Amino acid sequence: MKVELEADKCVASGQCVVAAMDVFDQDDDGIAILLTEQVGDDQIDDVKEAVAVCPAAAIRLVGA
Amino acid sequence: MAETVAGPAHDVAGTAPEFPMPRASGCPFDPPPGLKELQEQGPLVKVRLWDGSEPWLVTRYAEQRAVLGDPRVSADTDRPGYPTKTSAEAGEGKLSFIMMDDPEHARLRRMVTAPFAIRKVEALRPAVQRIVDGLIDDMLSGPGPVDLVEAFALPVPSLVICELLGVPYDDHAMFQDNTRTMVRTTATPEERGAATREIAGYLAGQIARRLTDPKDDLLSGIAGRVAAGELTHGQATEMALLLLIAGHETTANMITLGTAALLEHPDQLALLRDTDDPRLVASAVEELLRYLHITHLGRRRAVTADMEIAGQVIRAGEGVIMVNEIGNRDPEVFEAPDRLDITRDARRHVAFGFGVHQCLGQPLARMELQVVYGTLYRRIPTLRLACALEDVKFKHDAFIYGIHELPVTW
Ligand code: SF4
Repeated sequence: MKVELEADKCVASGQCVVAAMDVFDQDDDGIAILLTEQVGDDQIDDVKEAVAVCPAAAIRLVGA
Repeated sequence: MAETVAGPAHDVAGTAPEFPMPRASGCPFDPPPGLKELQEQGPLVKVRLWDGSEPWLVTRYAEQRAVLGDPRVSADTDRPGYPTKTSAEAGEGKLSFIMMDDPEHARLRRMVTAPFAIRKVEALRPAVQRIVDGLIDDMLSGPGPVDLVEAFALPVPSLVICELLGVPYDDHAMFQDNTRTMVRTTATPEERGAATREIAGYLAGQIARRLTDPKDDLLSGIAGRVAAGELTHGQATEMALLLLIAGHETTANMITLGTAALLEHPDQLALLRDTDDPRLVASAVEELLRYLHITHLGRRRAVTADMEIAGQVIRAGEGVIMVNEIGNRDPEVFEAPDRLDITRDARRHVAFGFGVHQCLGQPLARMELQVVYGTLYRRIPTLRLACALEDVKFKHDAFIYGIHELPVTW
């Protein structure tokens, strides 16, 4: 599955990094960046958690 | 409709239940029983505030997140319908970006997000561990009982936020006293104004000094924005004030409330004391953030355009209040919500709020609480209250709920 991030919505809460360290990181201002767009089956639960906790609804999980 | 004690006819003016409500005696960790009754009545109910206004109280988790995430609600305290907490709050100036809307809110907030990124916060963990260990050493080398607030819970976040901002900790008595006045709901507008002016004047001076002599701290970063013409000196001072206050009262109260709650739940305390798994410590922090609630007066907003929530139309110009202490006890989201269980996955709690205003300092707060909860009980395994829980003075009279004094011994 594929992760999409709308960085201009991000409020730099860092919640996605806590939920899925190997998928999300933050730039120098704390704004989220994607480390990978394609996530494996073993990462999907963590990314779903990131989607649920992101206060800005900036993350989406798309695809099959 | 017949009037009953617990069933407020909330569409009849003047009969809505009052908010805030008292807690049940003997149960300082649970939400007021009246709030839980309102939650059972429906996701949206009218309440009456100190000034007679009747905003909506949003009682359930899903609706709280929906409202807090909606751009049609405003955090601007000057908007018509904004539900103010006290007359003193109604009269005061803006506390920087937490009382603004996008795009100005986002512009100002992004100026100070950098030090709160996860990696930057993690880099501070060893320093926080040293602070925590040092304060525990001091406690253990002196006589008990001690007041955990003075000896530990307030110094930890205070030392950390002072270090981050670059404010000399030696001045802590001045800003801690004034902060206490600012968060006291019983303070008069004059008292609040005087306290605010004293800290603001102090911080304005600190920023002015950094304009000519910058250092490697957050205040210098803020001063740099003034020099670049992106902030006025006044805006810079408000921002520094917000960070200083927010860095103190919140974490300190979570430390004391968390400790009192764990001492009342010895099985949970034992789990935490006996673990060396950082994941269990992190999970305990999330659960205590869910179970306790320092922001007991709720997140407040003014509605700027008619919107429908849970089938109810809220009109532009009406106020809305989201009380996370009942959102976090919503049985639809958290199983057996009134049970403290540090092994549950509580990460979806709304203790830090939701939406664009969600707490900026949460990575720092989490890390500090992880170090504290992961160290204090392990290093002082016999820690216990030095008075009865009934005699502990809880902060019913403050914007941030917590404990005034927590006498402990070991
Ligand atoms: S959780 Fe959302 S708002 Fe927070 S850093 Fe990640 S993308 Fe940004």
